[in-house]
Amino acid sequence: MLKRNVPLLITGLIGVFLIVANFFPSLSAMSEDFTVFFGIIAAMAFVLGGGSLLKVHLKKISDRNAGWAYSLIVLGTFAITLAVGLLKIGVPPNPGFPDKPWSGSVNADGTAFEWIYEYALKPLSATMFAMLAFYIASAAFRAFRAKNIEAILLLGTAFIILLGRTFAGYYLTGWIPIDGPFSGLRIEELSVYIMQVFNTAGSRAIIIGIALGIASTSLKILMGLDRSYLGGGN
Amino acid sequence: MNVHQTSWRAGRGLRRIALATIALFAAPSFAMAAPPAPTNVEASDVTGDSGGQAIVTWSAPANAADITGFQVWRSETSGETAARNASERTAALAAAEAQAFENEQKRLVDVEGLSPEEAAPQSRAVARQAAIGLARTPDALTVTETGPHGTHWLLVDTVSPNVDSLVVSKLDPTTSYTFIVYSVAPDASGRPERSAASEPSNAVEPVAAVLNLYRLPLLIILLALCGVVLLFILLARRGMPLKIRTIAGLAAVDEAVGRATEMGRPMLYINGIQDMDDLQTVAGVTVLGRVAKTAAEYDAKIEVPTSRSLVMSAARETVQASYLTAGRSDSYNPDLIYYVTDEQFGFTAYVSGLIVRDRPAACFYMGAFFAESLILAETGNSVGAIQIAGTAMPSQLPFFVAACDYTLIGEEFFAASAYLSGQPDQLGSLKGQDLGKILVGVVLIVLVTLATIAAVTGSEQIESLVSTIKTVILGG
Repeated sequence: MLKRNVPLLITGLIGVFLIVANFFPSLSAMSEDFTVFFGIIAAMAFVLGGGSLLKVHLKKISDRNAGWAYSLIVLGTFAITLAVGLLKIGVPPNPGFPDKPWSGSVNADGTAFEWIYEYALKPLSATMFAMLAFYIASAAFRAFRAKNIEAILLLGTAFIILLGRTFAGYYLTGWIPIDGPFSGLRIEELSVYIMQVFNTAGSRAIIIGIALGIASTSLKILMGLDRSYLGGGN
Repeated sequence: MNVHQTSWRAGRGLRRIALATIALFAAPSFAMAAPPAPTNVEASDVTGDSGGQAIVTWSAPANAADITGFQVWRSETSGETAARNASERTAALAAAEAQAFENEQKRLVDVEGLSPEEAAPQSRAVARQAAIGLARTPDALTVTETGPHGTHWLLVDTVSPNVDSLVVSKLDPTTSYTFIVYSVAPDASGRPERSAASEPSNAVEPVAAVLNLYRLPLLIILLALCGVVLLFILLARRGMPLKIRTIAGLAAVDEAVGRATEMGRPMLYINGIQDMDDLQTVAGVTVLGRVAKTAAEYDAKIEVPTSRSLVMSAARETVQASYLTAGRSDSYNPDLIYYVTDEQFGFTAYVSGLIVRDRPAACFYMGAFFAESLILAETGNSVGAIQIAGTAMPSQLPFFVAACDYTLIGEEFFAASAYLSGQPDQLGSLKGQDLGKILVGVVLIVLVTLATIAAVTGSEQIESLVSTIKTVILGG
């Protein structure tokens, strides 16, 4: 009972307080404190996350599951990065406090931690991100197959936008006078028109729906009607 | 020629040079005279706000024909003074260390005959000691230089010459501020030149009002929308019949779980990459409860890698409760709900690899997603998994629509909780939400009509009315 009611009470009270604080400026400092509290709780939960990571990968290594060598790499890099960050390996003192050896920032230029970030994490992240281009191509190929009227409209619109975002569009309809009555038919103009009118209108409709959904869901959570985040509803 | 005559002639020559010099510099000096400074600089607090705003007014100088603008500066806060002092101290120490390094390096190379590479470690050590010694010397690094009126000032903004007031925002409501204003006018070469500083304004503390009047319209809108939702919840409790349309994505959950069971392959549930303070993650956890319950009933395996530790904890609680509800608490395995990494593409790489290795029969993507949405959904598509996605990120919706079998678009995703629970309270909230949408639609139509009439007729009154309503609704 307590396990269910206490969190509900805390959620309701703090939620209502945060809403009220939005309109009463004298309470805003305290509302910022609550945001800080979340950061503290999340940081404490990281211990749980780290524990889970260790458990899952140690089990994989111990059971010699398929791909256990990757788990070894995960744990090795995890340990190295943690040690480099916590022990501030290769971190010079802050220039303002040269007599305090631990005063430097781990993110400072030339530190081991910064090296790991710059030369390991960033290239790896960039590699994953770069793959997105190929995924977009394959998804577009599937989405733009002209199966029915809607798909044909989608294909046509996408074709105009793609052309309008390249020089090909400019060269194809560049002969239409830019100051004439038909300038709107130039592909680059059509592309801008589609993005500004149709696309913006559609996006805003979705955003208004989302905003109302968020307000309604928040209200249900504050009133304790929606308790699913506590594990299973009732 | 005697000495006296020589000296007299020399003196006369010097006088001529002096006069010529005065003539040379005197003429431009009239054109280069600095513009006159503004007067009557006054500051006052902006009332009815949330604090942090002050209005500064001034009088343009009488001879203001050439003035091209005014610069408004404000006094520093104690925090800014401390930060500036720390920055200047750091720069002074770094400069002293660099100088000491250079001196020692030069001595070791030139006098001791060491190579620069050999000398460098010792030079660095000596330089570090020099910096430490300086840092430990009291008052050695005290900054004495100040700005006008014996204090430091920060530039707020530059305004045009026909303006005589400025609302300064982003101030600390607990600090007292003074302001000075400069006139700016072109010098003889056409470059902007600043006047002397004006007299400082009176001190003003940009305090907050008890109630932020600027947010009052937002409060009214909020109360109206929440009131409508509450009204329908009450009506639903009293037995008002409510009909909710079928949401294909949620109706397909059973199909997806059944397929995974038949194929004997696992299911994958991704709860977005944001933390529990994001409402989309909360909505994702809600759907997870339903999926896990169905999985427990079918005895299917569901794996939930998370990118946040708190989400992992919440997901474990939810899945455990679902297994308990389904009467299969013995089948619950917490190790299938685990934390991977907070890093966006690290998480993406892990999940993509997992999909390719384990070839799940069904993939669920419910929560806040960014660039990784398409990578995950396309990878899932490539292994032939049935895929259901739900997000409130408008920019990611097209990707999910293109790559997934079913997508919960925006509000459908938030409606999932009510839809899945089937409780009158929650269904009532959906009806209230619908009425809220009608209200927003009516406001939109009225404003669009008014704006169109203003544009066609050119009526300033209607345009002003539209502008005022827009400012009120959008909060300025």
